[in-house]
Amino acid sequence: MKAEPDTAPALRLRNVSKTFGGVKALQSVDFEVRSGEVHCLAGENGCGKSTLIKLVTGVYTADPGAELQLFGQTVDSISPTKARALGIAVIWQDLALFPHMTVAENIAFDEMVGLVPRLTFGHRYKTRVQAVLDRLNVPLNLETRLGDLPIAQRQIVAIARALMGDARLVFMDEPTASLTQSETDSLLAVVRTLSSQGIAVVFVSHRLAEVIDISERVTVLRDGKLVGVYPTEGMTQSRLGELMTGALLENTVSAQDRSKAEPVLETVGLSRHGEFYDVSLTIRRGEVLGLTGLIGAGRTELALALIGMKPPDTGETRLEGASVRFASIRDSIARGVAYVSEDRLSLGLIQPQSIADNTSISVLDRILNGFGLLSPRRQTELVCHWIDELAVKIGQPKDAVSTLSGGNQQRVVLAKWLATEPRLLILDSPTVGVDVGARAGIFRIVRHLAEEGLAILLISDEVTEAMFNADRVLHMADGRIVGEYDPRTTSVPELEARIYA
Amino acid sequence: MRDFFRTYPVEARLSVVLLLMILGLSLGTDTFLTLGNITSLLNNNAVNLIWAVGLLVVLIAGGIDISFAVAASVVQYVAAQVFMGTGGGNWAVGFLVAGLLGIGLGMINALLIHGFRVISIVITIATFNAFFGLLMFFTKGRNIYNLPDWWTDRIFIFERQASDGTWSELNLSVAVMIVCVVATWGLIRLTTLGRQLYAFGDNPEGARRAGVNIWQMQIVAFGWCGMMAGIGGLMQVNIAQEVVPNALYGRELDVLAAVVLGGARLGGGRGTVLGCILGVMFVAITQNGLNLLGISPFAFQMIIGAAILLAISSSNLSFGRLPRGATAVAKVGTT
Repeated sequence: MKAEPDTAPALRLRNVSKTFGGVKALQSVDFEVRSGEVHCLAGENGCGKSTLIKLVTGVYTADPGAELQLFGQTVDSISPTKARALGIAVIWQDLALFPHMTVAENIAFDEMVGLVPRLTFGHRYKTRVQAVLDRLNVPLNLETRLGDLPIAQRQIVAIARALMGDARLVFMDEPTASLTQSETDSLLAVVRTLSSQGIAVVFVSHRLAEVIDISERVTVLRDGKLVGVYPTEGMTQSRLGELMTGALLENTVSAQDRSKAEPVLETVGLSRHGEFYDVSLTIRRGEVLGLTGLIGAGRTELALALIGMKPPDTGETRLEGASVRFASIRDSIARGVAYVSEDRLSLGLIQPQSIADNTSISVLDRILNGFGLLSPRRQTELVCHWIDELAVKIGQPKDAVSTLSGGNQQRVVLAKWLATEPRLLILDSPTVGVDVGARAGIFRIVRHLAEEGLAILLISDEVTEAMFNADRVLHMADGRIVGEYDPRTTSVPELEARIYA
Repeated sequence: MRDFFRTYPVEARLSVVLLLMILGLSLGTDTFLTLGNITSLLNNNAVNLIWAVGLLVVLIAGGIDISFAVAASVVQYVAAQVFMGTGGGNWAVGFLVAGLLGIGLGMINALLIHGFRVISIVITIATFNAFFGLLMFFTKGRNIYNLPDWWTDRIFIFERQASDGTWSELNLSVAVMIVCVVATWGLIRLTTLGRQLYAFGDNPEGARRAGVNIWQMQIVAFGWCGMMAGIGGLMQVNIAQEVVPNALYGRELDVLAAVVLGGARLGGGRGTVLGCILGVMFVAITQNGLNLLGISPFAFQMIIGAAILLAISSSNLSFGRLPRGATAVAKVGTT
């Protein structure tokens, strides 16, 4: 039976299973994407999303019994080359682009591949590259080196490259993980453009707000099994999170009044030219202070000033009542201020080194023996204590950090800084690239640390995250604190309206 | 022009430096800008440039080859045996034999690198030692003077007698150099193979996922470098009139220095034929200039070393980025 091309789904999978060794990564999953639809594939890390993508694109072969239909045609077996020829493109999370090549060379690259050498001339493909960019409605200079572009524009290049190969079904694996809110918005606009041109997009993201916003339907996977396919109209983030984790997530305001507690950090009129102006704030013992706002508002710059990496020009910082002026990050660590950086993967951890070494690197001087040499026993004690405390799921402390999942890596970063026994903990976008279940775990830890008396400054792009987990939320815009909100009396849409106004 | 400075910052800066050097030497000496000096510069550096464009292809593909100069010596020795054994030969046979022998030696590198998944610097240091050891063992370090006439006869592609009676001429190696340079430019800029080589050097995993055949990339890169090594070796005999087993030992680092000065990135993915030409010119003119100015030849190595340091460290302070950095600051200031 052959369906009409107009009504045939772009992709229909029936009874797809995949077993690795004895582990069932996918168990008889059905999956369908209509032409021109934006379809989200949701689930926690390890639920089988990537396996599914790799089966459709021919990287893996499904277990016998699976049925695969592409654009109305039954396909017996699929290889990466065949997938591309059929109009399937994947935009991998790491983009797989070439930083030293130009935009045009990157977009046209797939045409250059092949065992038999051919002559190629720039002007022959440049008009077509320009046409593709025009279709996406994004202006990009074709001769710019890719490496000189911000990550958001590289993403556009990756999409254009897929279109250059006449893709009709595009998989996007966490395209927004490293994008800011406004960059995400422009990417979502491009995704809508694709969809309006009849291209089906399968979108994978950990940001549930985005999933509900962009897609028409969402397929939820859990532990390699299909949970269900749901329309996103009327879907809430907490309902979706529940479907993904199979557990009720506490997405409720947890704010409490901490105004009686003694202040840990106070700043008065802190300014640094070109970055932030006249910032006065107070963080108290046991308090989680949220700091949100658009990217470029000066949030990270403020954090760097608080830890002494970029000292402020004017203003005063008081730590537990005493005026301080940190000259370096070592100074601030010694005085009990810890900063967990935004870019966990590249700045927060030394990926190839062990979990134990990563955890203890900030406190090496505290694990010395009587001879002033590193004591393996003390290191093990320290590491085991924090792994236990933060419930990090690891094999062995000597395993490389790179073997851990995103959520567990974030816990190791936390452990590293908590080992310095801080009084103030600054968390800069702690959940970027972390899935829903692991996010909840991280915030449970954050609340727990606050209960124990730690003062926490939580910087977040996502308004919901700040509102649900902080006691008070500051809104920063153009380098100034422009508002303070109590999550118990302000709703999320209200604050979002102010921020994106 | 601004585009050239932004897209090829190293090449652009090197051309400015070269221009200044040429200007300075032309005004500072009365011997630099003479036909005799320029032709001898070309004759003396033709072989270096042939090797340089070969090495460039390997660098673009993300590899490095330490063994090519010694490989050229091996080609010279084996080719000499072949010609004497078969009783003669001619230039056509010469290019064929030297090219094929060179490709063969390059294949050994490619095979070891791809087969054992070992980085190219380790493999080519090993083959560098192996090639040289075998060569010294079989030749017992003796020079070969008894070579076919066609090989050692000088062929001039240009000659002119000045009014004072001195001859200026360009020999065959300059013509061969031009062919090698143009062929390499064509390979890396005009063919799909070239695009794949750049991509493979830039992001090997990305290239692999796009369907680039990694094995083919290694074969092309090291094969091309080997072929250029062989052809360079053939021409070097034509200039030197003899085969000296250890004559080329150490030349690999001079060529590597010139190519790196010309902007080829040791990590792969970047490098141009123009940069290669400029790099070789820079080394040659520095040496020539010091000679003409009567400065100790020992200063030469020091200056080349300093130039490499300066070139590599200044490429991190890219001038093309300065205006953009300034606008970024301005933008933050207004937000």
